[in-house]
Amino acid sequence: MTQLKKRVLVYGYGNPGREDDGLGIEMIKMVQEWIDKHKLGCMTTESNYQLNIEDAEKISEWDIAVFVDASKDEDLNEFIFRKVEPSDAKVEFTMHAVSPSYVLHLSEKLFKKSPETYILGIKGYKWDFKEGLSANAKLNLEQAFQYLTRKLAGWALIKKNLPISMLS
Amino acid sequence: MPKKITIEPVTRIEGHGKVTIKIDDNGKVRESRLHIVEFRGFERFVQGRPYWEAPVLVQRLCGICPVSHHLAAAKALDVIVGAGTGDGLTAVGEKMRRLMHYGQFFQSHVLHFFHLSSPDFLFGIDADPAIRNVIGVIKHHKDLAVQGVMMRKYGQEIIMHTAGKKIHGTGAIPGGINKNLSIAERDLLLNGTDPLNADKMVEWSVAALEFFKVYHKSNATLVDTFAEFPSNHLSMVRKDGALDIYHGVLRAVDADGKRILNDVDYQDYDKYIEEEVRNWSYMKFPYLKHLGKEKGWYRVGPLARLNVCDFIPTPLAQKEFEEFKAYTTGKPNNMSLHYHWARLIETLHSAEAIRDLLKDSDLQNDDLVIKGEKTNKGVGVIEAPRGTLFHHYEINDNDQITLANLIVSTTNNNEPMNQAVNHTAKSFMNGQMEITEGMMNAVEVAIRAYDPCLSCATHALGQMPLEMKLVNANNEVIDSKTK
Repeated sequence: MTQLKKRVLVYGYGNPGREDDGLGIEMIKMVQEWIDKHKLGCMTTESNYQLNIEDAEKISEWDIAVFVDASKDEDLNEFIFRKVEPSDAKVEFTMHAVSPSYVLHLSEKLFKKSPETYILGIKGYKWDFKEGLSANAKLNLEQAFQYLTRKLAGWALIKKNLPISMLS
Repeated sequence: MPKKITIEPVTRIEGHGKVTIKIDDNGKVRESRLHIVEFRGFERFVQGRPYWEAPVLVQRLCGICPVSHHLAAAKALDVIVGAGTGDGLTAVGEKMRRLMHYGQFFQSHVLHFFHLSSPDFLFGIDADPAIRNVIGVIKHHKDLAVQGVMMRKYGQEIIMHTAGKKIHGTGAIPGGINKNLSIAERDLLLNGTDPLNADKMVEWSVAALEFFKVYHKSNATLVDTFAEFPSNHLSMVRKDGALDIYHGVLRAVDADGKRILNDVDYQDYDKYIEEEVRNWSYMKFPYLKHLGKEKGWYRVGPLARLNVCDFIPTPLAQKEFEEFKAYTTGKPNNMSLHYHWARLIETLHSAEAIRDLLKDSDLQNDDLVIKGEKTNKGVGVIEAPRGTLFHHYEINDNDQITLANLIVSTTNNNEPMNQAVNHTAKSFMNGQMEITEGMMNAVEVAIRAYDPCLSCATHALGQMPLEMKLVNANNEVIDSKTK
């Protein structure tokens, strides 16, 4: 089994019943298959409708956390991968979900753990009451998957199970 | 010249709401309105789909309380497959659903108290917003914040082990359930490693309630008078009058406690409840038909439930209920901020009910589903965390859904939330010509007491700021503020 230098959690969220809002969940299915195929130990995936305060405890158990979500950002090309900084931005109105930066902040403050945290935002286009991704979202998902798995491979300590193309 | 103050949260897809407050040249509040967008098109969307898909399909509505929609739809379809109206299932079928529902209730109430409302109580609603938030709670009351996180996690674990999975759970199906609770799952939830076990959840629920009561004692005037107004109250109760969030009959009382809807079968809900459409809001305004639009509107949710029921069938919550009722000498409680008190009593009841259910060996039975003679109409009602939730489906001979009507909790509380905003505006905004942080927050606190679900259904990466605008009669913005 391939070990990682660091223990990694990949956490996708969204509502797969709302078309491209399911991008994060779809990515998790693909990443978990990839993890299983390459026997990457010390790495796991998680998914949910949205992030909430209890996720602070979850990410506190990992060295690296990668959140995956759909993005409505019109200016985005296919996807964006960026580091998340903790933020104490206050809760918005009656909102019942929280942001990755807020989850990280809670992890630091409540559990004294600061995992290296990233967000992978994948551009979506359609948000109706329907399962299945739009054609353009699928293309973005594939590109984001290629990018993310390279990052994950880069965190692997023993790389013998990884494809040669990922060993550079 | 009249002016309007508008509080407008810009959301992603669902949940667009704003508050409009009209004031005249002297700053006197003339009228206030809360506008919310509800579930657009969903009822049409499910038409034509096979009926058995509904319990999973409806979870697309909302990522906040998918379990409530899942169970309400399943209860409606129980009727359609001839499995009775809620209490006709096998013991394991009904008790697994109840456990799932209590898990949802528990984690939802906990989130609201610890994450959304406790900052107002800890620091006061007029405190500096830089402090009056959950970060302030962490700084000054870290134990409370950790408890909130772990209680949420426990509730989520209950849901996962009863619904089968976190997203689009399939636990409830027409006529029953598709899994029981294994011994290993039961032991994990009942006696899990500290703090994730049933006893600790009861203990922490008691502590949270005590926290509120201490605050109330020191701030009784504010808590008792903020957005206080008379109303009717509606909820489901068990046939013997007990609080029951899963199944029962519909009951309503007026502001003085007089019974105005007397334990009727919810299959006939449309005989008693009508929904009014107003041209300034996408969300309808339900009311009791026989009382009419003006007098028939009602509150739902924790406060209404405790006003309507006769007792709570778990000992610790019952003791708290007696204290709650004594505060208003047995009369209905019409104080908006007492929603929080009621919510915490229900949180304790949920923790007790979860512990009791986990000790019930019926959860390990294998007779998961029953079916009988099929009919073409079914209504399912459940007490969701935010209030009474109605699902009504009709099908054709090809098993396709031909009609779906949903009245969700936040819709039931539409008029009460408008009333709360109006009372708050008149208390806090008369004589004010500019938007202040205190004004914004007072309105928020009033709405937040009802825990409306404004951000359901999707969760694409984005932001949800709160925007307040002051505009004149010509809709020219003369002041604005975003938070």
